[in-house]
Amino acid sequence: MKVKSRQLMWWLAIGGAAASSFAASLVWAQSDSGSDPVAEYRAMFGDDNPAALWVMRGQGLWQEVRGPKHVALATTCDLGMGKGIIKGAYAHLPRYFADTRKVQDLDTRLLTCMVKGQGLDQAEILKNRFGDGDRKSDIEALAAYIVDASQGVPINLPMQHPEEKRAYELGKAIFFYRAGTHDFSCASCHGQSGKRIRLQSLPDLATAGKDARDTYTTWPAYRVSQGEVRTMEWRIGDCFRQQRLPELKYGSEAAIDLTMFLAKNAEGGKMAAPGLKR
Amino acid sequence: MHSLIRLVILLAAVPVVSGAAVHATQPDRNAQALSVMKTSFQAKGQAGMDRLNQDKTQALCSLHAPAAPPAEPTAKVVAANLASIKLPADGKFLGDWKRGQAIAEEGTGEQYSDDPAKPSGGNCYACHELDKQQIAYGTIGPSLYRYGKNRGSSEPILKLTWDMLYDMKGYAVCTAMPRFGSKGILTEQQIKDVMALLFDPDSPVNK
Ligand code: HEC
Ligand code: HEC
Repeated sequence: MKVKSRQLMWWLAIGGAAASSFAASLVWAQSDSGSDPVAEYRAMFGDDNPAALWVMRGQGLWQEVRGPKHVALATTCDLGMGKGIIKGAYAHLPRYFADTRKVQDLDTRLLTCMVKGQGLDQAEILKNRFGDGDRKSDIEALAAYIVDASQGVPINLPMQHPEEKRAYELGKAIFFYRAGTHDFSCASCHGQSGKRIRLQSLPDLATAGKDARDTYTTWPAYRVSQGEVRTMEWRIGDCFRQQRLPELKYGSEAAIDLTMFLAKNAEGGKMAAPGLKR
Repeated sequence: MHSLIRLVILLAAVPVVSGAAVHATQPDRNAQALSVMKTSFQAKGQAGMDRLNQDKTQALCSLHAPAAPPAEPTAKVVAANLASIKLPADGKFLGDWKRGQAIAEEGTGEQYSDDPAKPSGGNCYACHELDKQQIAYGTIGPSLYRYGKNRGSSEPILKLTWDMLYDMKGYAVCTAMPRFGSKGILTEQQIKDVMALLFDPDSPVNK
Protein backbone atom coordinates (compact mmCIF):
# COMPACT_ATOMS: atom_id res chain seq x y z
CA MET A 1 0.00 0.00 0.00
CA LYS A 2 1.38 3.37 -1.04
CA VAL A 3 0.97 6.61 0.84
CA LYS A 4 2.19 10.01 -0.20
CA SER A 5 4.67 11.01 2.46
CA ARG A 6 3.02 14.42 3.01
CA GLN A 7 -0.23 12.80 4.07
CA LEU A 8 1.53 10.19 6.14
CA MET A 9 3.35 12.96 8.02
CA TRP A 10 0.03 14.66 8.57
CA TRP A 11 -1.54 11.53 9.99
CA LEU A 12 1.47 10.85 12.20
CA ALA A 13 1.46 14.45 13.38
CA ILE A 14 -2.20 14.75 14.38
CA GLY A 15 -2.13 11.58 16.45
CA GLY A 16 -5.06 9.75 18.02
CA ALA A 17 -7.06 12.52 19.63
CA ALA A 18 -7.13 14.82 16.64
CA ALA A 19 -7.89 11.92 14.33
CA SER A 20 -10.88 10.83 16.35
CA SER A 21 -12.34 14.32 16.62
CA PHE A 22 -11.91 14.62 12.87
CA ALA A 23 -13.76 11.34 12.52
CA ALA A 24 -16.45 12.56 14.92
CA SER A 25 -16.99 15.67 12.83
CA LEU A 26 -17.55 13.46 9.80
CA VAL A 27 -20.18 11.43 11.62
CA TRP A 28 -21.86 14.63 12.64
CA ALA A 29 -21.72 15.96 9.09
CA GLN A 30 -23.21 12.74 7.83
CA SER A 31 -26.23 12.70 10.11
CA ASP A 32 -26.72 16.42 9.62
CA SER A 33 -26.63 16.69 5.86
CA GLY A 34 -26.94 13.10 4.70
CA SER A 35 -23.67 13.45 2.76
CA ASP A 36 -21.09 10.70 2.39
CA PRO A 37 -18.12 10.91 4.79
CA VAL A 38 -15.98 8.66 2.60
CA ALA A 39 -16.49 11.11 -0.29
CA GLU A 40 -15.68 14.00 2.06
CA TYR A 41 -12.59 12.16 3.20
CA ARG A 42 -11.49 11.60 -0.40
CA ALA A 43 -12.06 15.27 -1.20
CA MET A 44 -9.69 16.21 1.64
CA PHE A 45 -7.04 13.53 1.34
CA GLY A 46 -7.33 11.95 -2.09
CA ASP A 47 -7.23 8.19 -2.30
CA ASP A 48 -4.73 7.74 0.49
CA ASN A 49 -5.98 5.30 3.06
CA PRO A 50 -4.90 5.90 6.66
CA ALA A 51 -4.91 2.08 7.00
CA ALA A 52 -1.31 2.43 5.71
CA LEU A 53 -0.34 3.34 9.27
CA TRP A 54 -1.87 0.11 10.57
CA VAL A 55 -0.05 -1.82 7.83
CA MET A 56 3.26 -0.31 8.97
CA ARG A 57 2.63 -1.05 12.62
CA GLY A 58 1.45 -4.57 11.73
CA GLN A 59 4.65 -5.21 9.79
CA GLY A 60 6.65 -4.25 12.88
CA LEU A 61 4.59 -6.57 15.10
CA TRP A 62 4.92 -9.42 12.60
CA GLN A 63 8.71 -9.17 12.45
CA GLU A 64 9.46 -8.33 16.08
CA VAL A 65 10.72 -11.01 18.47
CA ARG A 66 8.10 -10.83 21.25
CA GLY A 67 6.63 -12.61 24.25
CA PRO A 68 8.03 -15.07 26.83
CA LYS A 69 8.96 -17.49 24.06
CA HIS A 70 11.10 -14.89 22.27
CA VAL A 71 9.97 -15.65 18.74
CA ALA A 72 8.72 -13.59 15.83
CA LEU A 73 5.42 -14.35 14.07
CA ALA A 74 7.37 -14.00 10.81
CA THR A 75 9.24 -17.23 11.61
CA THR A 76 6.62 -19.19 13.58
CA CYS A 77 3.08 -18.26 12.53
CA ASP A 78 1.35 -20.47 9.95
CA LEU A 79 -1.70 -18.79 8.40
CA GLY A 80 -2.32 -21.78 6.18
CA MET A 81 0.38 -21.20 3.56
CA GLY A 82 3.36 -22.30 5.67
CA LYS A 83 5.27 -20.62 8.48
CA GLY A 84 5.72 -16.89 7.99
CA ILE A 85 4.03 -16.81 4.56
CA ILE A 86 1.52 -14.00 4.28
CA LYS A 87 1.15 -13.49 0.53
CA GLY A 88 -2.34 -14.68 -0.41
CA ALA A 89 -3.03 -16.04 3.10
CA TYR A 90 -6.16 -13.95 3.69
CA ALA A 91 -7.67 -15.00 0.35
CA HIS A 92 -7.73 -18.64 1.52
CA LEU A 93 -9.25 -18.07 4.96
CA PRO A 94 -11.21 -19.24 6.93
CA ARG A 95 -9.78 -22.76 6.81
CA TYR A 96 -9.26 -25.81 8.98
CA PHE A 97 -6.03 -25.96 11.00
CA ALA A 98 -4.86 -29.39 12.14
CA ASP A 99 -2.96 -28.09 15.20
CA THR A 100 -6.01 -26.42 16.77
CA ARG A 101 -8.50 -28.82 15.12
CA LYS A 102 -10.64 -25.82 14.30
CA VAL A 103 -11.79 -23.74 11.40
CA GLN A 104 -10.24 -20.32 12.01
CA ASP A 105 -10.50 -16.85 10.51
CA LEU A 106 -7.57 -14.43 10.46
CA ASP A 107 -8.31 -12.94 13.88
CA THR A 108 -8.50 -16.26 15.72
CA ARG A 109 -5.49 -17.66 13.87
CA LEU A 110 -3.41 -14.63 14.84
CA LEU A 111 -4.55 -15.12 18.42
CA THR A 112 -3.35 -18.74 18.31
CA CYS A 113 0.03 -17.61 16.96
CA MET A 114 0.45 -14.92 19.61
CA VAL A 115 -0.76 -17.00 22.56
CA LYS A 116 0.52 -20.51 21.74
CA GLY A 117 3.49 -19.44 19.61
CA GLN A 118 4.79 -16.35 21.40
CA GLY A 119 3.38 -17.04 24.86
CA LEU A 120 1.57 -13.68 25.05
CA ASP A 121 -1.38 -13.24 27.40
CA GLN A 122 -4.70 -13.87 25.65
CA ALA A 123 -6.77 -11.73 28.03
CA GLU A 124 -4.37 -8.83 27.55
CA ILE A 125 -4.61 -9.07 23.73
CA LEU A 126 -8.39 -9.37 23.80
CA LYS A 127 -8.77 -6.33 26.05
CA ASN A 128 -7.61 -4.25 23.08
CA ARG A 129 -9.17 -6.33 20.31
CA PHE A 130 -10.95 -3.22 19.02
CA GLY A 131 -8.60 -0.24 19.02
CA ASP A 132 -9.91 3.05 20.39
CA GLY A 133 -7.84 6.22 20.04
CA ASP A 134 -4.60 5.78 21.96
CA ARG A 135 -5.35 2.16 22.89
CA LYS A 136 -4.35 0.44 19.68
CA SER A 137 -5.24 -3.14 18.73
CA ASP A 138 -2.38 -5.46 17.78
CA ILE A 139 -4.79 -7.74 15.94
CA GLU A 140 -6.17 -4.89 13.81
CA ALA A 141 -2.63 -3.79 12.90
CA LEU A 142 -1.52 -7.32 12.04
CA ALA A 143 -4.72 -7.91 10.07
CA ALA A 144 -4.10 -4.76 8.01
CA TYR A 145 -0.53 -5.87 7.23
CA ILE A 146 -1.51 -9.42 6.35
CA VAL A 147 -4.51 -8.58 4.20
CA ASP A 148 -2.44 -5.98 2.33
CA ALA A 149 -0.17 -8.83 1.21
CA SER A 150 -3.16 -10.42 -0.57
CA GLN A 151 -3.94 -7.42 -2.81
CA GLY A 152 -5.02 -8.76 -6.21
CA VAL A 153 -5.20 -12.39 -5.09
CA PRO A 154 -8.55 -14.04 -5.93
CA ILE A 155 -10.52 -15.51 -3.02
CA ASN A 156 -10.36 -19.28 -3.14
CA LEU A 157 -11.20 -21.39 -0.11
CA PRO A 158 -9.81 -24.89 0.39
CA MET A 159 -13.30 -26.21 1.40
CA GLN A 160 -12.07 -29.84 1.46
CA HIS A 161 -12.20 -30.69 5.15
CA PRO A 162 -15.60 -31.77 6.53
CA GLU A 163 -15.29 -29.11 9.25
CA GLU A 164 -14.93 -26.43 6.55
CA LYS A 165 -18.06 -27.64 4.79
CA ARG A 166 -19.88 -27.79 8.10
CA ALA A 167 -18.84 -24.23 8.92
CA TYR A 168 -20.22 -23.03 5.58
CA GLU A 169 -23.58 -24.78 6.09
CA LEU A 170 -23.90 -23.43 9.62
CA GLY A 171 -22.92 -19.96 8.43
CA LYS A 172 -25.72 -20.12 5.88
CA ALA A 173 -28.25 -21.24 8.52
CA ILE A 174 -27.17 -18.39 10.82
CA PHE A 175 -27.36 -15.89 7.95
CA PHE A 176 -31.04 -16.73 7.43
CA TYR A 177 -31.86 -17.17 11.15
CA ARG A 178 -34.50 -14.66 12.20
CA ALA A 179 -34.81 -13.79 15.88
CA GLY A 180 -35.09 -10.97 18.39
CA THR A 181 -37.57 -8.17 18.94
CA HIS A 182 -37.47 -7.07 15.27
CA ASP A 183 -37.52 -10.54 13.60
CA PHE A 184 -34.37 -9.63 11.62
CA SER A 185 -31.85 -12.00 10.08
CA CYS A 186 -28.80 -10.92 8.09
CA ALA A 187 -30.98 -11.53 5.03
CA SER A 188 -33.55 -8.92 6.17
CA CYS A 189 -30.99 -6.24 5.34
CA HIS A 190 -28.63 -8.06 2.97
CA GLY A 191 -30.98 -10.30 0.98
CA GLN A 192 -31.47 -8.17 -2.12
CA SER A 193 -29.31 -5.94 -4.27
CA GLY A 194 -29.91 -2.22 -4.75
CA LYS A 195 -31.67 -1.54 -1.41
CA ARG A 196 -30.57 0.88 1.26
CA ILE A 197 -31.21 1.79 4.90
CA ARG A 198 -31.43 5.57 5.16
CA LEU A 199 -28.64 6.44 2.70
CA GLN A 200 -26.36 3.46 3.40
CA SER A 201 -26.52 1.00 0.55
CA LEU A 202 -27.02 -2.61 1.54
CA PRO A 203 -25.07 -5.21 -0.43
CA ASP A 204 -26.73 -8.54 -1.25
CA LEU A 205 -24.63 -10.97 0.78
CA ALA A 206 -27.03 -13.91 0.58
CA THR A 207 -25.89 -15.11 -2.83
CA ALA A 208 -22.60 -15.40 -4.71
CA GLY A 209 -22.11 -12.40 -6.96
CA LYS A 210 -20.70 -8.93 -7.46
CA ASP A 211 -22.11 -7.42 -4.23
CA ALA A 212 -20.68 -10.27 -2.15
CA ARG A 213 -17.29 -9.98 -3.88
CA ASP A 214 -17.06 -6.18 -3.70
CA THR A 215 -17.90 -6.31 0.01
CA TYR A 216 -15.73 -9.18 1.20
CA THR A 217 -12.65 -8.12 -0.79
CA THR A 218 -12.60 -4.69 0.88
CA TRP A 219 -12.42 -5.91 4.50
CA PRO A 220 -10.56 -5.38 6.84
CA ALA A 221 -11.11 -1.67 6.32
CA TYR A 222 -10.34 1.75 7.76
CA ARG A 223 -13.62 3.14 9.13
CA VAL A 224 -13.59 6.91 8.71
CA SER A 225 -16.34 7.32 11.33
CA GLN A 226 -14.24 5.50 13.94
CA GLY A 227 -10.70 6.39 12.90
CA GLU A 228 -9.72 2.72 13.22
CA VAL A 229 -9.10 -0.32 11.06
CA ARG A 230 -11.78 -2.94 11.67
CA THR A 231 -11.89 -6.61 10.71
CA MET A 232 -14.87 -8.76 9.64
CA GLU A 233 -15.23 -9.90 13.28
CA TRP A 234 -16.10 -6.32 14.24
CA ARG A 235 -18.41 -5.79 11.24
CA ILE A 236 -20.44 -8.92 11.93
CA GLY A 237 -20.64 -8.16 15.66
CA ASP A 238 -21.97 -4.67 15.00
CA CYS A 239 -24.60 -5.96 12.57
CA PHE A 240 -25.79 -8.46 15.22
CA ARG A 241 -26.19 -5.48 17.56
CA GLN A 242 -28.43 -3.82 14.95
CA GLN A 243 -30.24 -7.12 14.68
CA ARG A 244 -31.15 -6.66 18.40
CA LEU A 245 -29.40 -9.88 19.43
CA PRO A 246 -27.12 -10.24 22.46
CA GLU A 247 -23.37 -9.62 22.06
CA LEU A 248 -21.45 -11.79 19.61
CA LYS A 249 -18.37 -13.19 21.35
CA TYR A 250 -15.15 -12.32 19.57
CA GLY A 251 -13.70 -15.33 17.77
CA SER A 252 -16.81 -17.42 18.42
CA GLU A 253 -17.96 -20.23 16.18
CA ALA A 254 -20.91 -18.20 14.82
CA ALA A 255 -18.53 -15.39 13.76
CA ILE A 256 -16.28 -17.82 11.90
CA ASP A 257 -19.15 -19.78 10.31
CA LEU A 258 -20.69 -16.55 8.99
CA THR A 259 -17.32 -15.38 7.67
CA MET A 260 -16.99 -18.70 5.86
CA PHE A 261 -20.40 -18.18 4.25
CA LEU A 262 -19.55 -14.60 3.19
CA ALA A 263 -16.11 -15.63 1.89
CA LYS A 264 -17.53 -18.51 -0.16
CA ASN A 265 -20.07 -16.18 -1.78
CA ALA A 266 -17.18 -13.85 -2.67
CA GLU A 267 -15.01 -16.50 -4.35
CA GLY A 268 -13.25 -15.31 -7.48
CA GLY A 269 -13.21 -11.69 -6.26
CA LYS A 270 -9.73 -10.17 -6.08
CA MET A 271 -8.68 -8.91 -2.65
CA ALA A 272 -8.50 -5.11 -2.47
CA ALA A 273 -8.11 -4.56 1.27
CA PRO A 274 -7.54 -2.74 3.53
CA GLY A 275 -10.57 -0.87 2.25
CA LEU A 276 -11.97 2.53 3.18
CA LYS A 277 -15.47 2.66 4.70
CA ARG A 278 -17.88 5.16 6.17
CA MET B 1 -53.84 -4.62 0.18
CA HIS B 2 -51.44 -6.23 -2.24
CA SER B 3 -49.61 -8.36 0.35
CA LEU B 4 -52.87 -9.89 1.49
CA ILE B 5 -53.85 -10.64 -2.08
CA ARG B 6 -50.46 -12.24 -2.66
CA LEU B 7 -50.93 -14.41 0.40
CA VAL B 8 -54.38 -15.54 -0.66
CA ILE B 9 -53.05 -16.46 -4.11
CA LEU B 10 -50.20 -18.36 -2.49
CA LEU B 11 -52.58 -20.30 -0.27
CA ALA B 12 -54.81 -21.19 -3.20
CA ALA B 13 -52.08 -22.15 -5.64
CA VAL B 14 -49.61 -24.17 -3.60
CA PRO B 15 -50.54 -27.79 -2.86
CA VAL B 16 -50.62 -28.45 0.88
CA VAL B 17 -47.29 -29.74 2.16
CA SER B 18 -47.36 -30.98 5.71
CA GLY B 19 -44.84 -29.59 8.17
CA ALA B 20 -43.89 -33.12 9.20
CA ALA B 21 -42.91 -34.12 5.67
CA VAL B 22 -40.65 -31.09 5.41
CA HIS B 23 -38.88 -31.99 8.64
CA ALA B 24 -38.39 -35.58 7.57
CA THR B 25 -36.54 -34.67 4.38
CA GLN B 26 -34.16 -32.03 5.72
CA PRO B 27 -32.43 -31.57 9.05
CA ASP B 28 -33.75 -28.58 10.97
CA ARG B 29 -31.14 -25.96 10.21
CA ASN B 30 -32.76 -23.59 12.73
CA ALA B 31 -31.92 -26.01 15.55
CA GLN B 32 -28.36 -26.31 14.25
CA ALA B 33 -27.94 -22.54 14.02
CA LEU B 34 -29.35 -22.07 17.52
CA SER B 35 -26.99 -24.58 19.11
CA VAL B 36 -23.97 -22.75 17.65
CA MET B 37 -25.38 -19.34 18.55
CA LYS B 38 -25.98 -20.35 22.17
CA THR B 39 -22.22 -20.81 22.63
CA SER B 40 -21.31 -17.76 20.53
CA PHE B 41 -23.21 -14.97 22.28
CA GLN B 42 -23.41 -13.41 25.71
CA ALA B 43 -26.17 -11.35 27.29
CA LYS B 44 -25.51 -7.61 27.20
CA GLY B 45 -27.58 -4.66 28.35
CA GLN B 46 -31.24 -5.26 27.62
CA ALA B 47 -30.46 -8.05 25.10
CA GLY B 48 -30.65 -11.33 27.01
CA MET B 49 -29.83 -14.79 25.64
CA ASP B 50 -33.59 -15.50 25.34
CA ARG B 51 -33.56 -13.29 22.24
CA LEU B 52 -31.83 -16.12 20.36
CA ASN B 53 -34.93 -18.35 20.67
CA GLN B 54 -37.32 -18.15 17.73
CA ASP B 55 -41.08 -17.82 17.87
CA LYS B 56 -43.21 -19.64 15.26
CA THR B 57 -43.11 -16.83 12.69
CA GLN B 58 -39.34 -16.48 12.91
CA ALA B 59 -38.78 -20.24 12.69
CA LEU B 60 -41.11 -20.62 9.71
CA CYS B 61 -39.47 -17.78 7.78
CA SER B 62 -35.91 -18.98 8.51
CA LEU B 63 -36.27 -22.67 7.78
CA HIS B 64 -36.83 -22.34 4.04
CA ALA B 65 -35.28 -18.93 3.35
CA PRO B 66 -34.63 -17.52 0.87
CA ALA B 67 -37.51 -19.67 -0.47
CA ALA B 68 -41.06 -18.91 0.73
CA PRO B 69 -42.43 -21.26 3.41
CA PRO B 70 -44.97 -23.98 2.57
CA ALA B 71 -48.63 -23.00 2.67
CA GLU B 72 -50.13 -25.03 5.49
CA PRO B 73 -47.95 -24.03 8.44
CA THR B 74 -47.96 -20.48 7.00
CA ALA B 75 -51.74 -20.21 7.26
CA LYS B 76 -51.63 -21.14 10.96
CA VAL B 77 -48.85 -18.67 11.72
CA VAL B 78 -50.66 -15.88 9.85
CA ALA B 79 -53.87 -16.60 11.78
CA ALA B 80 -52.01 -16.46 15.11
CA ASN B 81 -50.40 -13.14 14.17
CA LEU B 82 -53.75 -11.65 13.18
CA ALA B 83 -55.25 -12.88 16.46
CA SER B 84 -52.56 -11.05 18.45
CA ILE B 85 -53.63 -7.64 17.15
CA LYS B 86 -55.24 -5.37 19.76
CA LEU B 87 -57.30 -2.40 18.64
CA PRO B 88 -56.92 0.88 20.56
CA ALA B 89 -58.79 0.66 23.87
CA ASP B 90 -60.67 3.97 23.32
CA GLY B 91 -61.46 3.19 19.67
CA LYS B 92 -59.42 6.19 18.44
CA PHE B 93 -56.82 5.38 15.78
CA LEU B 94 -55.16 8.77 15.41
CA GLY B 95 -52.79 10.63 17.74
CA ASP B 96 -50.42 13.55 17.11
CA TRP B 97 -48.55 13.56 13.76
CA LYS B 98 -45.68 15.70 15.11
CA ARG B 99 -44.90 13.14 17.79
CA GLY B 100 -45.39 10.48 15.12
CA GLN B 101 -42.75 12.06 12.95
CA ALA B 102 -40.22 12.00 15.80
CA ILE B 103 -41.02 8.30 16.35
CA ALA B 104 -40.60 7.58 12.63
CA GLU B 105 -37.18 9.31 12.64
CA GLU B 106 -35.90 7.61 15.80
CA GLY B 107 -33.69 4.61 15.05
CA THR B 108 -32.75 3.47 18.54
CA GLY B 109 -34.55 0.95 20.68
CA GLU B 110 -34.04 -2.65 21.85
CA GLN B 111 -30.32 -2.79 20.94
CA TYR B 112 -27.94 -3.66 23.80
CA SER B 113 -26.35 -0.26 23.23
CA ASP B 114 -29.67 1.56 23.80
CA ASP B 115 -31.00 2.97 27.07
CA PRO B 116 -33.92 0.69 28.05
CA ALA B 117 -35.55 3.54 29.98
CA LYS B 118 -36.04 5.52 26.74
CA PRO B 119 -39.02 4.66 24.51
CA SER B 120 -38.07 2.83 21.30
CA GLY B 121 -38.27 4.48 17.92
CA GLY B 122 -40.16 3.12 14.90
CA ASN B 123 -37.30 3.87 12.49
CA CYS B 124 -39.80 4.03 9.61
CA TYR B 125 -37.46 6.26 7.53
CA ALA B 126 -34.84 3.48 7.61
CA CYS B 127 -37.04 1.53 5.19
CA HIS B 128 -39.63 3.96 3.78
CA GLU B 129 -39.85 7.28 1.99
CA LEU B 130 -42.49 9.24 3.91
CA ASP B 131 -42.28 12.84 2.78
CA LYS B 132 -40.33 15.09 0.43
CA GLN B 133 -38.32 16.88 3.16
CA GLN B 134 -36.41 13.90 4.49
CA ILE B 135 -34.20 12.64 1.67
CA ALA B 136 -32.22 10.24 3.91
CA TYR B 137 -34.77 7.45 3.66
CA GLY B 138 -34.28 3.75 2.94
CA THR B 139 -35.85 1.59 0.24
CA ILE B 140 -36.48 -1.80 1.86
CA GLY B 141 -40.20 -0.96 2.05
CA PRO B 142 -42.50 0.89 -0.42
CA SER B 143 -42.83 4.68 -0.43
CA LEU B 144 -45.51 5.90 1.97
CA TYR B 145 -45.60 9.40 0.50
CA ARG B 146 -49.22 10.64 0.36
CA TYR B 147 -50.34 7.48 2.15
CA GLY B 148 -53.49 9.03 3.67
CA LYS B 149 -54.15 11.45 0.83
CA ASN B 150 -54.26 8.59 -1.68
CA ARG B 151 -56.35 6.22 0.41
CA GLY B 152 -58.61 8.52 2.43
CA SER B 153 -59.28 7.82 6.10
CA SER B 154 -62.39 5.67 6.15
CA GLU B 155 -62.78 3.31 9.12
CA PRO B 156 -61.72 0.15 7.16
CA ILE B 157 -58.57 1.88 5.84
CA LEU B 158 -57.67 3.11 9.33
CA LYS B 159 -58.25 -0.34 10.80
CA LEU B 160 -56.21 -2.13 8.11
CA THR B 161 -53.30 0.27 8.58
CA TRP B 162 -53.47 -0.09 12.37
CA ASP B 163 -53.35 -3.87 11.91
CA MET B 164 -50.32 -3.66 9.64
CA LEU B 165 -48.40 -1.43 12.04
CA TYR B 166 -49.38 -3.68 14.92
CA ASP B 167 -48.45 -6.94 13.17
CA MET B 168 -47.41 -6.83 9.52
CA LYS B 169 -46.70 -10.56 9.74
CA GLY B 170 -50.46 -11.17 9.82
CA TYR B 171 -50.46 -9.82 6.25
CA ALA B 172 -47.10 -10.67 4.72
CA VAL B 173 -45.73 -13.40 6.93
CA CYS B 174 -42.01 -13.12 6.08
CA THR B 175 -41.86 -9.37 5.45
CA ALA B 176 -38.84 -7.41 6.70
CA MET B 177 -41.17 -5.02 8.58
CA PRO B 178 -41.10 -5.52 12.37
CA ARG B 179 -44.26 -6.30 14.37
CA PHE B 180 -44.42 -3.01 16.25
CA GLY B 181 -47.44 -3.83 18.41
CA SER B 182 -47.23 -7.61 18.92
CA LYS B 183 -43.54 -7.44 19.81
CA GLY B 184 -44.06 -4.47 22.11
CA ILE B 185 -41.62 -2.23 20.21
CA LEU B 186 -44.06 0.70 20.19
CA THR B 187 -46.79 1.51 22.73
CA GLU B 188 -50.43 1.95 21.75
CA GLN B 189 -50.00 5.74 22.00
CA GLN B 190 -46.89 5.67 19.79
CA ILE B 191 -48.74 3.67 17.12
CA LYS B 192 -51.57 6.25 17.23
CA ASP B 193 -49.03 9.03 16.72
CA VAL B 194 -47.45 7.24 13.73
CA MET B 195 -50.97 6.62 12.34
CA ALA B 196 -51.56 10.39 12.50
CA LEU B 197 -48.31 10.92 10.59
CA LEU B 198 -49.72 8.72 7.81
CA PHE B 199 -53.26 10.17 7.78
CA ASP B 200 -53.36 13.75 9.11
CA PRO B 201 -53.90 16.23 6.23
CA ASP B 202 -51.36 18.57 7.91
CA SER B 203 -48.67 15.88 8.08
CA PRO B 204 -45.78 16.31 5.60
CA VAL B 205 -46.61 12.79 4.38
CA ASN B 206 -49.77 14.17 2.75
CA LYS B 207 -48.35 17.41 1.36
C1 HEC C 1 -31.01 -3.92 10.62
C2 HEC C 1 -30.21 -3.96 9.45
C3 HEC C 1 -29.04 -4.91 9.35
C4 HEC C 1 -28.93 -6.22 9.72
C5 HEC C 1 -29.99 -7.10 10.38
C6 HEC C 1 -27.61 -6.66 9.33
N1 HEC C 1 -26.93 -5.64 8.74
FE1 HEC C 1 -25.05 -5.73 7.91
N2 HEC C 1 -25.15 -3.74 7.49
C7 HEC C 1 -26.23 -2.90 7.75
C8 HEC C 1 -25.89 -1.54 7.39
C9 HEC C 1 -26.80 -0.32 7.53
C10 HEC C 1 -24.56 -1.58 6.88
C11 HEC C 1 -23.73 -0.41 6.38
C12 HEC C 1 -23.12 0.17 7.63
C13 HEC C 1 -22.20 1.31 7.43
O1 HEC C 1 -21.98 1.77 6.32
O2 HEC C 1 -21.68 1.74 8.46
C14 HEC C 1 -24.14 -2.97 6.96
C15 HEC C 1 -22.90 -3.44 6.53
C16 HEC C 1 -22.51 -4.78 6.49
C17 HEC C 1 -21.28 -5.28 5.90
C18 HEC C 1 -20.23 -4.42 5.19
C19 HEC C 1 -20.77 -3.96 3.88
C20 HEC C 1 -19.75 -3.18 3.05
O3 HEC C 1 -20.19 -2.57 2.06
O4 HEC C 1 -18.58 -3.19 3.36
C21 HEC C 1 -21.27 -6.63 6.09
C22 HEC C 1 -20.20 -7.60 5.64
C23 HEC C 1 -22.49 -6.98 6.80
N3 HEC C 1 -23.22 -5.83 7.03
C24 HEC C 1 -22.84 -8.26 7.20
C25 HEC C 1 -23.97 -8.56 7.96
C26 HEC C 1 -24.22 -9.86 8.56
C27 HEC C 1 -23.33 -11.08 8.41
C28 HEC C 1 -25.40 -9.77 9.24
C29 HEC C 1 -26.06 -10.75 10.15
C30 HEC C 1 -25.29 -11.20 11.26
C31 HEC C 1 -25.90 -8.41 9.04
N4 HEC C 1 -25.00 -7.72 8.29
C32 HEC C 1 -27.12 -7.94 9.55
C33 HEC C 1 -27.46 -3.28 8.25
C34 HEC C 1 -27.76 -4.54 8.75
C1 HEC D 1 -36.99 -3.06 8.33
C2 HEC D 1 -37.85 -2.49 7.36
C3 HEC D 1 -39.11 -1.74 7.73
C4 HEC D 1 -39.35 -0.88 8.77
C5 HEC D 1 -38.40 -0.45 9.88
C6 HEC D 1 -40.70 -0.40 8.60
N1 HEC D 1 -41.26 -0.98 7.50
FE1 HEC D 1 -43.15 -0.64 6.78
N2 HEC D 1 -42.86 -2.02 5.31
C7 HEC D 1 -41.67 -2.68 5.07
C8 HEC D 1 -41.87 -3.59 3.94
C9 HEC D 1 -40.82 -4.52 3.35
C10 HEC D 1 -43.21 -3.44 3.54
C11 HEC D 1 -43.95 -4.18 2.42
C12 HEC D 1 -44.76 -5.27 3.04
C13 HEC D 1 -44.57 -6.58 2.32
O1 HEC D 1 -43.56 -7.25 2.62
O2 HEC D 1 -45.36 -6.92 1.45
C14 HEC D 1 -43.80 -2.43 4.40
C15 HEC D 1 -45.11 -1.97 4.30
C16 HEC D 1 -45.66 -0.94 5.05
C17 HEC D 1 -47.01 -0.43 4.89
C18 HEC D 1 -48.04 -0.90 3.86
C19 HEC D 1 -47.80 -0.14 2.59
C20 HEC D 1 -48.84 -0.41 1.53
O3 HEC D 1 -48.91 0.40 0.60
O4 HEC D 1 -49.53 -1.40 1.63
C21 HEC D 1 -47.16 0.57 5.82
C22 HEC D 1 -48.39 1.43 6.05
C23 HEC D 1 -45.91 0.66 6.55
N3 HEC D 1 -45.04 -0.26 6.05
C24 HEC D 1 -45.67 1.56 7.56
C25 HEC D 1 -44.53 1.59 8.36
C26 HEC D 1 -44.34 2.46 9.49
C27 HEC D 1 -45.30 3.55 9.91
C28 HEC D 1 -43.13 2.13 10.05
C29 HEC D 1 -42.50 2.65 11.31
C30 HEC D 1 -43.28 2.70 12.50
C31 HEC D 1 -42.56 1.08 9.23
N4 HEC D 1 -43.44 0.78 8.23
C32 HEC D 1 -41.32 0.50 9.46
C33 HEC D 1 -40.50 -2.55 5.78
C34 HEC D 1 -40.34 -1.79 6.93
